[in-house]
Amino acid sequence: MTSVLYDAPGPRAKRRNVLYTVAFLVVLGLVAWWFLGVMAEKDQLTAEKWSPFVTDSEVWTTYLIPGLTETLKAAALAIVIALPLGALLGIGRLSDHAAVRTVAGTVVEFFRAIPVLLLMVFANEAYSQYTDIPSDDRPLYAVVTGLVLYNSSVIAEVVRAGVHSLPRGQTDAAKAIGMRKGQTMTNVLLPQAVTVMLPALVSQLVVIVKDTALGGALLGFNELLSQNRQITANYGANTIATMTVIALIYILVNYLLTSFASRLERRLRRAGKSGGAVLGADAMEETETMGGPGLHAEEARAG
Amino acid sequence: MFDFLESGQYDLLGAFWVTVQLTVYSAIGSLIWGTLLAAMRVSPAPLMRGFGTFYVNMVRNTPLTLIIVGSSLVLNQTLLFGLGGDTFKETGFRLAVLGFVAYTGTFVCEALRSGINTVPVGQAEAARALGLSFTQVLGLIVLPQAFRASVAPLANVLIALTKNTTVAAAIGVAEAALLMKEMLENEAQALFTVFAIFAFGFIVLTLPTGLLLGWVAKRVAVKR
Repeated sequence: MTSVLYDAPGPRAKRRNVLYTVAFLVVLGLVAWWFLGVMAEKDQLTAEKWSPFVTDSEVWTTYLIPGLTETLKAAALAIVIALPLGALLGIGRLSDHAAVRTVAGTVVEFFRAIPVLLLMVFANEAYSQYTDIPSDDRPLYAVVTGLVLYNSSVIAEVVRAGVHSLPRGQTDAAKAIGMRKGQTMTNVLLPQAVTVMLPALVSQLVVIVKDTALGGALLGFNELLSQNRQITANYGANTIATMTVIALIYILVNYLLTSFASRLERRLRRAGKSGGAVLGADAMEETETMGGPGLHAEEARAG
Repeated sequence: MFDFLESGQYDLLGAFWVTVQLTVYSAIGSLIWGTLLAAMRVSPAPLMRGFGTFYVNMVRNTPLTLIIVGSSLVLNQTLLFGLGGDTFKETGFRLAVLGFVAYTGTFVCEALRSGINTVPVGQAEAARALGLSFTQVLGLIVLPQAFRASVAPLANVLIALTKNTTVAAAIGVAEAALLMKEMLENEAQALFTVFAIFAFGFIVLTLPTGLLLGWVAKRVAVKR
């Protein structure tokens, strides 16, 4: 256990570590004890508040599973539309023509600088005015539109970083054997870039799944989070139990996606066919998806 | 075109001021909470490391909206914590800040940890070989390099936080996104103008932050 911060512990350090552990355990225990006390006082610990999620299958079939289906539907639609759009924008930013580069760059920077919630609210209002999408479907359309606009610009940056991560020699070699610009991109650079950025794209899914919850809170989209109102109304004000179960479902889904991304990353790294560079799932989550304007390839690649 | 702004019906600057306040308070709070989390994640006590990892993984996989709505529904309406706020407005603001701190702290923690990870172990080994004490190794060798490497990721966290404050609209905090929703509903004829105003507002807030901190990050970066 070598770290920059401390050496392998000797006998005194070991004793000190045990002391820290015990002290931390006591603090943690006190906080938990206090919180459970408040919960019990407000009548949130009784069995009938929690048991519906185990004994009553209806709470799953009427509320939770349909809600999760809507969430996954919106997320899947968003990624299916945003992927090709983002790829186009990303390639546009790499174009040799200044006009194409500027337009793609402006679009990408604009939509990355704006909160995704504003895009959703605006799309919702625009659809109600200029289209005849039935009002029941409008929240789904609005959520998907907001997610597509934001995430395609993030994906564009991933694509750009992916292409930039390839060794220059790839382009040089393609030029040397007489390939045109378009051929170089489609036959040489993109296939390699796709393997490089696959983990980053999978972990972008986590962000999309999380952002669908915005539609439930503000646009009346019937996704997973919004089911909490129905459940607490029908199962006796069990707010804490309901929120806990809903949070656990999100965590489970996203945890599966995250571990899939890191498995993919390890596999790609081991396969070593991608020139060695892999845009790390974790690195991307920290930089790209938390990111904003002014984020460039070097940062996205760190990882 | 902008006549609805002159009616005095909408407090545009006030709403953006709330956004700025949310961002500043949450940024300070998440810097403190994130540093504590990072300290736990790199600490020599396995239980603290475990807690840090558990917290970060759980919270990062939970939607921010759920955390904000939960802070209102669970803490305020069920457990009746007011966080010392006297009015509905004040309580909502404080709950939102609490939620942002809980969420953004995890990203701050990861940014700081990645900063510490950029320092090669050899640096500390060399420092120890020279006979520096633990405090000297930490204060003179490791932390200065770690902080400098953390500026760029922390800037991204700050920009994301600025945009994320819009989620406070979900619990009725009168910030920019809530006002935009209201204005879009009332001023349907000026749909694009209203959107453009708010989009511009957020670009004004995020772009200078990104440019300034990006410049700082480049200046202080340790070249390896």
